[in-house]
Amino acid sequence: MPKSYADLLREARAQIREVTPQEVDALPADAATIVDVREASEWEQGHIPGAHHVSKSYIEQQIEAAAPDRDAQVILYCAGGVRSLFAAQTLAEMGYSDVASMSGGFQGWKGAGLEFETPVVLSSEQKQRYSRHLLIPEVGSAGQKQLLESKALLIGAGGLGSPAALYLAAAGVGTIGLVDFDVVDISNLQRQIIHTTDRVGQRKVESARISINALNPDITVVEHEEMLTADNVARLIDGYDVILDGTDTFETRYVLNDAAVAAGIPVVHASVFRFEGQLTTFVPYEGPCYRCLYPTPPPPELAPGCSVAGVLGVVPGILGLLQTNEALKVLLGIGTTLAGRLLLFDALESEFTELQLRRDPACPVCSDAAVEARKAGRPLDVATVGADAPFLMTTTGLAGSVSPEARA
Amino acid sequence: MSTVHIPSVLRPNVGGAKSLEVDGDSIRSVVNGLVERHPALGGQLLTDEGDLNRFVNVYVNGQDVRYLAGLDTPVADKDEVRLLPAMAGG
Repeated sequence: MPKSYADLLREARAQIREVTPQEVDALPADAATIVDVREASEWEQGHIPGAHHVSKSYIEQQIEAAAPDRDAQVILYCAGGVRSLFAAQTLAEMGYSDVASMSGGFQGWKGAGLEFETPVVLSSEQKQRYSRHLLIPEVGSAGQKQLLESKALLIGAGGLGSPAALYLAAAGVGTIGLVDFDVVDISNLQRQIIHTTDRVGQRKVESARISINALNPDITVVEHEEMLTADNVARLIDGYDVILDGTDTFETRYVLNDAAVAAGIPVVHASVFRFEGQLTTFVPYEGPCYRCLYPTPPPPELAPGCSVAGVLGVVPGILGLLQTNEALKVLLGIGTTLAGRLLLFDALESEFTELQLRRDPACPVCSDAAVEARKAGRPLDVATVGADAPFLMTTTGLAGSVSPEARA
Repeated sequence: MSTVHIPSVLRPNVGGAKSLEVDGDSIRSVVNGLVERHPALGGQLLTDEGDLNRFVNVYVNGQDVRYLAGLDTPVADKDEVRLLPAMAGG
């Protein structure tokens, strides 16, 4: 005996309990699993807060993930209350003992003036590009949207900045600022993989932008072709969510630290020397800052830069990627950063060592007294660093200073 | 005996050694023992007054001695001491 749609609907109504939107709204949190059985395109237009989305066409395959307990209350809804009735019959057949369908569906919900939320919507191209992120629950479409709206600033488009910029771009960090006043030199290409042989002589910020946009044209690249100084640092870092410090002078590192603490922006710090690297994340007021770790810069003979001491090319590569990992966690608000920990890497031994860091209660930049002094317009004195400090040494000993152009 | 890890920037002062076994029951005696054997380290680690230079961090088993007892921090047998100057390269 064939059955009409009206017959099937009548049977479903007789079998399945129906609840009104107001009754669903009045339920205490966690009293029921609410499942939206509409198509993805309808879900994207808005849904009940906290609802799971399992399209009716996938209900048999996917309901157990959304509602693992067959004895718990499950309430289904669709647009008008019909598809959810039929989907509820399926659940009853599967052994769900307490299934209801919301009469009037999402239209009824909205018509009653009840609260709903609109999910983050990525374009179909973005869904494909970031699909491996979307599959991770800790990132997902909300996290990806967060990354797309984030702004990261790289100080230096060199050994550390090259891998960091490329992976930040690949991850979809929507705005990447680059601070570098240098031009690409052929001696950079042993490690600065964002630049290319045919761009030797070109401005580094421009060369980096070309590589970033070749990898991901969605990324907005802000070129700051200038040297970071005490005079421009506040302007340069303004509006960024996280900063990756990949410079090669102490002067810049201290200037950046002081301004970033004052602005409350986390700085992911890395530095390299031959086969070794150091990495940490400075989260203002939550952990130590750079001046807590190193209150004063070392004398020149103890701190040569890469351009005079040399560096194995992969070391800034590895450290730059660890910086990027920290930056992504900061932007997504997931995991545990290196705040309060210094990670040492020794490439010759393939060895990582972790040291505990503490906030210096007498820090002239991040202590309570320093904050008060800044508020009062009288910042505490800090040790100053000479511009050429790290560049006075060659591998054989003290030598003349190196011109800014030779810094790399 | 504690093991003192020497960062590469200081290794020319100790004949290239990556680490050294040093006697001493405090950071002061360990550092003095080091400087006795390798006098060139003295100017790097200590001020003229004999205090630790502020640009070299010293860790015992991963803890900064500045937040322990400085030069008077006790060092036990088999402890790991690490000298760590800042590095700027990027």
